Amino acid sequence: MEPLDNNRDLPLLRASQTTKYYGARIGCKDVSFEVYPGEVLAIVGESGSGKSTLLNCLSTRLAPTTGTVEYRGRDGVMRNLYEMSEAERRTLMRTDWGYVHQHPSDGLRMSVSAGANVGERLMAVGNRHYANIRSTATDWLERVEIDCDRIDDQPRAFSGGMRQRLQIARNLVTAPRLVFMDEPTGGLDVSVQARLLDLLRSLVADLGLAVIIVTHDLAVARLLSHRTLVMRHGNVIEHGLTDQVLDDPQQSYTQLLVSSILQP
Amino acid sequence: MSTSPKNTQSFNEHYNFAYLDEQTKRMIRRAILKGIAIPGYQVPFASREMPMPYGWGTGGVQLTAAVIGDKDILKVIDQGSDDTTNAVALRDFFKQTTGVSTTTSTKEATLIQTRHRIPEAPLNGDQVLIYQVPIPEPLRFLEPRETETRKMHALEEYGLMHVKLYEDIAHFGHISTTYAYPVMVNSRYVMDPSPIPKFDNPKMHQMPALQLFGAGREKRIYAIPPYTDVVSLDFEDHPFTPQEFSEPCALCAAENVYLDEVILDDKGSRMFVCSDSDYCEGRRAQGHKGHMAADPVHSNELSEA
Amino acid sequence: MQTKICVADLGKSFTMHLRGAMEIPVIENVSFSVAAGECAILGGPSGSGKSSIIKMLYGNYRCHQGQILITDEDKIINIATASPREIIKLREKTIGYVSQFLRAIPRVPAINLVAEPLIAQGANEKQALEKASELLSRLNLPDHLWQLPPATFSGGEQQRVNIARGFIAHFPILLLDEPTASLDAKNSQVLIDLVNEKKKQGVAMLGILHDLETRERIADRTIDVTQFQTRTNA
Repeated sequence: MEPLDNNRDLPLLRASQTTKYYGARIGCKDVSFEVYPGEVLAIVGESGSGKSTLLNCLSTRLAPTTGTVEYRGRDGVMRNLYEMSEAERRTLMRTDWGYVHQHPSDGLRMSVSAGANVGERLMAVGNRHYANIRSTATDWLERVEIDCDRIDDQPRAFSGGMRQRLQIARNLVTAPRLVFMDEPTGGLDVSVQARLLDLLRSLVADLGLAVIIVTHDLAVARLLSHRTLVMRHGNVIEHGLTDQVLDDPQQSYTQLLVSSILQP
Repeated sequence: MSTSPKNTQSFNEHYNFAYLDEQTKRMIRRAILKGIAIPGYQVPFASREMPMPYGWGTGGVQLTAAVIGDKDILKVIDQGSDDTTNAVALRDFFKQTTGVSTTTSTKEATLIQTRHRIPEAPLNGDQVLIYQVPIPEPLRFLEPRETETRKMHALEEYGLMHVKLYEDIAHFGHISTTYAYPVMVNSRYVMDPSPIPKFDNPKMHQMPALQLFGAGREKRIYAIPPYTDVVSLDFEDHPFTPQEFSEPCALCAAENVYLDEVILDDKGSRMFVCSDSDYCEGRRAQGHKGHMAADPVHSNELSEA
Repeated sequence: MQTKICVADLGKSFTMHLRGAMEIPVIENVSFSVAAGECAILGGPSGSGKSSIIKMLYGNYRCHQGQILITDEDKIINIATASPREIIKLREKTIGYVSQFLRAIPRVPAINLVAEPLIAQGANEKQALEKASELLSRLNLPDHLWQLPPATFSGGEQQRVNIARGFIAHFPILLLDEPTASLDAKNSQVLIDLVNEKKKQGVAMLGILHDLETRERIADRTIDVTQFQTRTNA
């Protein structure tokens, strides 16, 4: 898994005029952008704005109606995701990519132990040494601040915050280069959210991960992301540096979003 | 294995040879051929209603009905034994509907239908072993979606299989799966060998006889052609090991065979005897004697022989 | 002395869409330059656009009129048209910013917050933390606070964490946005020393300072912002 493609000045993922129609209704329209290695991109907007549709198009979960999504593999070659074979896409999904769901139960196997949840990707890429798998799983539980003596417990017995941290460990164990996150802090208590955000922030920085994160929470975008796309009615209406978009919003809708934040 | 609609002895005039009609048998044979061509791959087939409940071996019965011919000699075992209800009932079924001769001897049989065991005596290239399978999908308990498991087979995504073994080791310190232990067939498909004890797994590897698997309720047929690699899944640091028994068979003193525990009374006395009844009888007939074999009977049998 | 910052014909106005797309002009035709080793202070009453200029230089506010040219090693970059990636790189290596308010991050101790810019420039963690403690002691922040996240600190304590964070790494350009707002005399003196050290290293500094006494001691030059005010605003 030695990365061959070390060039951090070349985009990792490129969306070009990515468009998804549900019949006559627009899911997302003409979305174009690039994500570079180590860069965190936030997609913000209210529910129904098309941000989840876009995330699904980017992560091969939903084929766009028109437009392309390309990804630079570890071999340095840029490929259209929807021209790859399903086998290649699925391999990408469980090695080079991660996907953190809003609901941990969508991303975890709830009836197998925490250790096996983390170890599954290792076994999927051919690791057949039990002790090595287990020690890697232990390391990762530690990194996401889950007590190692919980390694054989099922995630059912975990709190919401622990489940979410376990889901993150499960995704990061194969050292992915790009992680998709769909409202990763949604539905968590504020204090639990803060802990998770801090953990995400340091993991992303330590591992040099590229992240595409969908959130409706502008504070999450501010804390984690370098750049932000603002979506409304399926269109990207504003994009730029996160602090620029939040501190000097240009579009009427963005100004409304920013001015709607509650200040504690 | 050529079939003949001709009656021999007690063929029931109301039914076609071996109960199923010829078109159905051809359909099943096509599925078998496909299964042989892709070792370990589960071939869907139009499983018929049989005159017995699901769980009694309707898959195995349909396979046997499709391949049996009037020259075949049939043996039916259930958990290694020829005289349990299931074995007796199915043997009678085929006796009535085909009139073929039946046997309890593994050596004599040309067709062996089995539930949960592989006979101890090695099989040869002229024999066919037919397994009754309750759940053909080894990934089922970890991934309930059939669409997903099929995709996983197609793309050889078998990491999940090891998750199950990992869980065993994590909870019990060793791989505690003792039956229906998953195998890799011909370095391609992961297969459920039906609920045979893992003791029998090594016998499947490079077996000279053709092995057929039928799941009636689940409508799947799969096969292992003769002389095919069958490898039990494991970890490098927790290799596959078949069960071992600390004592020999109490009746025939056989070692390295699969033993059943028999409770003798309510005080906790018990004995371990061969699960393969034909094998055990054969050994006793040859004069092997276990520490609990009843002597007078034994000597009578000997003198009769 | 090499010119580090060159601002030409810069203008800024805000469109308040929530108030019927009301256009609020702030400044226009802003032109000035700052050389290496120089500390220029923007002068003018509050609301005259000083803060907007600083924020545009940092890429925090967009600019639609004019140019902001920055010398980055041997290249000249126009911040007004730079891509987000270029601005992120500039912020990492070239432009430092000491703001008035500290944006605390949950659970991150003060000392790590201070060390962060140095680590981002590639220093090893141990050295960065050593330098961070050195700066925090110079700024008289009690050491029992170093391991605590600064969200609950007083204004003056937060300000000192902020200054340490702003001064720890070497940036050829440093923007100062009211760094002394909540400082006492003793700590203002530390700030003056820090600024003078940066001048010696050839850092070009542009700042806003309301504290006249400090301003007098560090400013090489004052740029009067009122001259750039738009007529409607003035």
